[in-house]
Amino acid sequence: MRAGTLRGAAAIAGIGATEFSKDSGRSELQLACEAVLAALADAGLRPADVDGLVTFTAETNSEIHVARNTGMGEVSFFSRVGYGGGAGCGTVQQAAMAVATGAAEVVVCYRAFNERSGERYGLGQADRPMDTSADRAAYAWMTPFGLHTPAQWVALFARRYMHEYGADGDDFGRVAVVDRKHAATNPAAWFYQRPITLEDHRSSRWIAEPLRLLDCCQETDGGQALVVVSAERARDLPHPPALIHGAAQGLGRDQHMMTSYYRPSISGIPEMGLVARQLYAQSGLGPLDVDAAILYDHFTPLVLPQLEELGFCARGEAKDFIADGHLEVGGRLPANTHGGQLGEAYLHGMNGIAEGVRLVRGTSVNQPEGVGHVLVTAGTGVPTSGLVLGGER
Amino acid sequence: MNGTSRSADGTSSTTNGASRTEDGTSSPASEAYEERLRAFVGREVTGPTPGQDPVNQPMIRHWAEAMGDRNPVYTDERAARATGRPGVVAPASMVQAWTMRGYAATVAPAARDTAPGGLAALVALLDEGGYTSVVATDSELEFRRELVPGDHIAVQETVESISPEKKTALGAGRFVTTVKTYRDQAGGLVATQRWRTLRFRPREAGRPRAERSTGGSAAQPGAEPPARRPRPAVNRDNAFWFEAAREHRLVIQRCASCGALRHPPGPCCPECSSLWWDTVESGGRGHLYSYVVNHHPRHPAFTYPLLVAVVELAEGTRLIANLDGVAPEEVRVGMPLVLDWLDADPDLSLPVFRPAATEES
Ligand SMILES: [Zn+2]
Repeated sequence: MRAGTLRGAAAIAGIGATEFSKDSGRSELQLACEAVLAALADAGLRPADVDGLVTFTAETNSEIHVARNTGMGEVSFFSRVGYGGGAGCGTVQQAAMAVATGAAEVVVCYRAFNERSGERYGLGQADRPMDTSADRAAYAWMTPFGLHTPAQWVALFARRYMHEYGADGDDFGRVAVVDRKHAATNPAAWFYQRPITLEDHRSSRWIAEPLRLLDCCQETDGGQALVVVSAERARDLPHPPALIHGAAQGLGRDQHMMTSYYRPSISGIPEMGLVARQLYAQSGLGPLDVDAAILYDHFTPLVLPQLEELGFCARGEAKDFIADGHLEVGGRLPANTHGGQLGEAYLHGMNGIAEGVRLVRGTSVNQPEGVGHVLVTAGTGVPTSGLVLGGER
Repeated sequence: MNGTSRSADGTSSTTNGASRTEDGTSSPASEAYEERLRAFVGREVTGPTPGQDPVNQPMIRHWAEAMGDRNPVYTDERAARATGRPGVVAPASMVQAWTMRGYAATVAPAARDTAPGGLAALVALLDEGGYTSVVATDSELEFRRELVPGDHIAVQETVESISPEKKTALGAGRFVTTVKTYRDQAGGLVATQRWRTLRFRPREAGRPRAERSTGGSAAQPGAEPPARRPRPAVNRDNAFWFEAAREHRLVIQRCASCGALRHPPGPCCPECSSLWWDTVESGGRGHLYSYVVNHHPRHPAFTYPLLVAVVELAEGTRLIANLDGVAPEEVRVGMPLVLDWLDADPDLSLPVFRPAATEES
């Protein structure tokens, strides 16, 4: 795995979001505009300074609408990343590469939707329109059998993981409990001041066994944006730069969309392993150098193999790592200090990147001591991505 | 022995109560059926087919007499020359007659008429949809030159469009438009014909064809039919699997070059990049690799809790299928399973797996 030249070339200089709600009462485009303007204000920049835009293929707010409405001028770089929440950190990688190569100087990454009051991903794919594309045809192996939703897809991985490593529902529940603990002290979180206990988790209703309601992230209306500039320029802007030490994508062998059940083993996340190897090679860091993590938590079970793929513990030992309290503030690897997508908001992981920036700045509401480097992951079960952010040293 | 395992009383499973079939009516409007029809659009259904005889004076005379057309340019050399023609010509509208296949071919079609993907296959597919009757609705001919004795005409036919189902006075049907291209012995274009027929389901006689469901197909008269399972998105890469399933055969795609099995199927072998493939039929035995018990959200085609499994077949590939004959709390990863079939509705048959012990007891 090569180190490449991306390390330290670019930084996240601004973050901005709307409130996180269940019914925003305004258009998705307005949410995008508000988030973009907030991120630019945070960076001390104006819309006219922006010359690059990156978003998700899943985003409904095309670059032209965001650029025109916010008053951006000429935009020389625009790019989109696919695979739902797997795109998150990949948008920052695109932005960093654009900045490093001179394709653009100020790149805004954004994601905004009315995912709760509009089209809810959690309701599944059963009755979506059909065509004959390979992507649609892939659902032919699922929907006729009643396998429609992300929770159900993840449950098949979770059951196999439990079988191979002896994990149980409590091991998943502890992820929810720590997320909600962090959300409880975060005023921006939907579940602010509403922590849960392991008993609450055990008594929550089944969604797709072995997943209970409290294993599943919420659905959210909102927007989040990030501003990426060169490290050099970031040093002149108001906040301490969150330097991008590593940014990588990964698509594994025999990869499917959340249904890679056909690989020799399905208890790991090989595409996340690929991301991890790149992040460590680029940054020159190892798991021991990572002081905090934002782990994509659309569903609790896939947090466990992430810890293993990222090298924080051995295979099958994530349940013990979590049970030992290592994800708590004050633990070995404080994780999802904003409350994660279970506690704060489901913004396709983009709100987690913003929290990574706050951890580097030292401004998280649950700020651990001495955070030098933060590792952020994107959606699991799909082609994914990751980031290592850090401050000046 | 193809691994289809039925219970001792010979009934097939009707898992989850969702498999009942709307009584009697076939459902040609399914997406899978639409896709199969769509596959014909733009396709040549009759390759260049020479007429049995060259253009000749005796047939011209018979035709002109039968039609009562006394124009001398069809029969009288001199009269024809007087109009500036080099000699007699054939009536333009005879162009179709030169390529009619004749009595013998009608009673015993040649191989090309029944070739896969040919006109006969399209007619069979329309029959399958219940569109068993036909009426010609219009014919637009465009002529490029007059035919003269000695010309030898060939016709080629391509499907231009197949309409969605329309309600007509004759019954529900589809307009099928083809374009016939007539060429001479040198390959020169002599005429084109846009030919539209209505293939329809006769109002009275259109009751069941292709009634496939074996399990619990007798819905209560007047009862609301249950929701159908979500349709699989069938395309050129996966249609073979669903077609085999309709015949209760669980097939696995096999690379014809290196022999590697693969599922879900695709056009290209991940092991050797070969585009050549065939299938093998699974023996229908395997074990449970993983499973989920679905509770929420609920889809009206299924009853809950719903068991969905990843099954690892003895052949080594895995597939998603429902589990039947076992309660959720009795399911164990690793349990041996055998194949059965679920006729969800007339258009959709799916593999379902049961614990192997149930069959053997
Ligand atoms: Zn091969």
